Amino acid sequence: MEDIKGSDGLGDTELRLGLPGTSTATRSAKRALPEGDEESHDELRRTSAAKAQVVGWPPIRSYRKNSFPARKVEAEAEAAAGLYVKVSMDGVPYLRKIDLSVYKGYKELREGLNNMFECFSLGELSRREGGSGSEYAITYEDKDGDLMLVGDVPWEMFISSCKRLRIMKGSEARGLESRQH
Amino acid sequence: MTYFPEEVVEHIVDFLGSHRDRNAVSTVCKAWYQVERLSRRNVFVGNCYAIRPERVMARFPWMKSLGVKGKPHFADFNLVPYDWGGFAQPWIEAAARGCPGLEELRLKRMVVTDDDLELLARSFPSFKSLVLVSCEGFSTDGLAAIATYCRGLRELDLQENEVEDHGRQWLSCFPDSCTSLVSLNFACLKGEINTNALERLVARCPDLRSLKLNRAISVESLNRILARAPHLVDLGTGSMMVNHHTEAYHRLINAFLGCKSLRSLSGFWDASSCCLQAVYPVCVNLTALNLSYAPAIQGDDLIKLICLCFKLQKLWVLDCIGDKGLAAVASTCKDLQELRVFPSDIYGAGTTAVTEEGLVAISSGCSKLNSLLYFCYQMTNTALVTVAKNCPHFTRFRLCILDPGKPDPVTDQPLDEGFGAIVRSCKNLRRLSLSGLLTDKVFLYIGMHAEHLEMLSIAFAGDSDKGMVYVLNGCKNLRKLEIRDCPFGDDALLKDVTKYETMRSLWMSSCDVTLGGCRALAAKMPSLNVEIINESDEADEFQENLSDLHKVEKLYVYRTVARGRTDAPDFVWIL
Repeated sequence: MEDIKGSDGLGDTELRLGLPGTSTATRSAKRALPEGDEESHDELRRTSAAKAQVVGWPPIRSYRKNSFPARKVEAEAEAAAGLYVKVSMDGVPYLRKIDLSVYKGYKELREGLNNMFECFSLGELSRREGGSGSEYAITYEDKDGDLMLVGDVPWEMFISSCKRLRIMKGSEARGLESRQH
Repeated sequence: MTYFPEEVVEHIVDFLGSHRDRNAVSTVCKAWYQVERLSRRNVFVGNCYAIRPERVMARFPWMKSLGVKGKPHFADFNLVPYDWGGFAQPWIEAAARGCPGLEELRLKRMVVTDDDLELLARSFPSFKSLVLVSCEGFSTDGLAAIATYCRGLRELDLQENEVEDHGRQWLSCFPDSCTSLVSLNFACLKGEINTNALERLVARCPDLRSLKLNRAISVESLNRILARAPHLVDLGTGSMMVNHHTEAYHRLINAFLGCKSLRSLSGFWDASSCCLQAVYPVCVNLTALNLSYAPAIQGDDLIKLICLCFKLQKLWVLDCIGDKGLAAVASTCKDLQELRVFPSDIYGAGTTAVTEEGLVAISSGCSKLNSLLYFCYQMTNTALVTVAKNCPHFTRFRLCILDPGKPDPVTDQPLDEGFGAIVRSCKNLRRLSLSGLLTDKVFLYIGMHAEHLEMLSIAFAGDSDKGMVYVLNGCKNLRKLEIRDCPFGDDALLKDVTKYETMRSLWMSSCDVTLGGCRALAAKMPSLNVEIINESDEADEFQENLSDLHKVEKLYVYRTVARGRTDAPDFVWIL
């Protein structure tokens, strides 16, 4: 399991038995990792794939493994793929989709939604700063299926629990707004 | 021997607490055996297959407290198939028949069904305490039975069990007359709880000192509970998801201000760093803190919290605490005795959250440290030698370097010398887990120096049979030896077969032992159960058809007075 390539890059000139391009593993075979190309072996060992292949390693109770770490993996996978959620706007016949992961915070999100629905000339979307004359409120459906007002929770928490967005209009929106303040 | 009245012997024996002392007393002579067995109140069975339950009940009819362990330790890591065994049923049935005065039951790594729990609940009128650790096979229906029928229940402690959720009503089953609860831990339950019922239960149990909530409990509910139970000593907070600009958060601050007796905290599942200020008032008195399920608490906010906890004796954290955080622990927590650092990123890209530096810092600051579980990506011999020098009081030392077989990154050497230093310095070491690149030499050191070692866990280590033989020869007090993925074969297994009679159990998986070797062991030692766990396709073949040269995937050997077992599934062969 030694690192065959020295850090000074002189590995290639090292004298050893065997054909060029192969290696001499001086240790007895460890069943953990796949036998294979020794060059990529080290790399493989250091990647998560290798760790995942070994049954029962690392020695962590399944109870703990099944707790947050798995969720973190899901979240990371989602982040890599983009967090696309549907956006509906009351009165608009079709929906849009946006990638939440490209926004850094609520301000950018509002701007993005403004741009997206501008063409419907329905005025600016409501702001937290309490603009009057705002006819719309941005809401979202969370993991539990509840309708929530956007802006209450920290951004990270929001993007991990938001399943879809809905831009509500009129009296419904005002009801939510006043509750917010 | 001169006549010694039984009452006097009994009186003397009453002073003996430990099982070992009582076991020793019982072997002196028949009279003493009788006195001891009738006066023993606490019985511990380390391996449920070492003896039949009926014999235990017959020997100790006045038993008040029973502890039984089932599956081998490596079952925690999915190395033991699901239906291998470890059933609680025969134990509960036997106790119901033979020891109806039973008050406490503690089960670990066993299969417990709802029927078992119902039988338990109905059979023991004085039942006071149920502790289930790493068990499975039951649902909230079983808990409902416990709540309904155990009058005078003081303790229900569920630790890291797999519990099927059949609804939230189980908690409502505690009758209004139940006012005796001292400890309630349902942190491992995944489902919703009837919070009204919980709050009323808490309100009517004035002796409640330990309460561990599950993740489904919101901060709002926590606030109400803390208002009713400010005398709690040990709290599992539940979700703790709260935004620090809300009224709920302010109520939380006040709630913790009122908890003057709080000494132990855990939970924090969804807590974010910014809400930690709520617990600052209790930090100065905390002796135990478990943040190992709180990934969002890290960085400077975590350090700020730690720096207030100067009375801490036990700390469980995630490795995102970093070396810097561990340095803060080292300078603050001078009374620290137990530290566990869990990995937060096991599927990730190998971020170096804690390294050998963090461990060295801890060892220089916390000289009372005696129990360690440390997951990291790298370790050096120099660091281990320093740790050994700084902390000679280790009784439990478990180091897990996440890359199997990884050498010292600075010298590229195996970690033999580092672990050697640990066993030389820590004369009271009872439990040791090894990792990293290791040769036979480390086992030579262990055999030579680890006189009091009772449990040793080895993975991806050693060069030859000599390694295992060094351990078996040297460690006189060894009780449990578990080995995976090491080049130890039949020669090592058969070198000293009588050794296994002095131990509780031996586990070997993915090693080089063959069926022939196992058969030889079973033939020589009828006092052992030699179990082969064979999950491959060949399991369909009768074992007679397999040659002696067949490599055994999983071997579990344990001493027993109950030859064989009747509940073994098809893939378990008892030779």
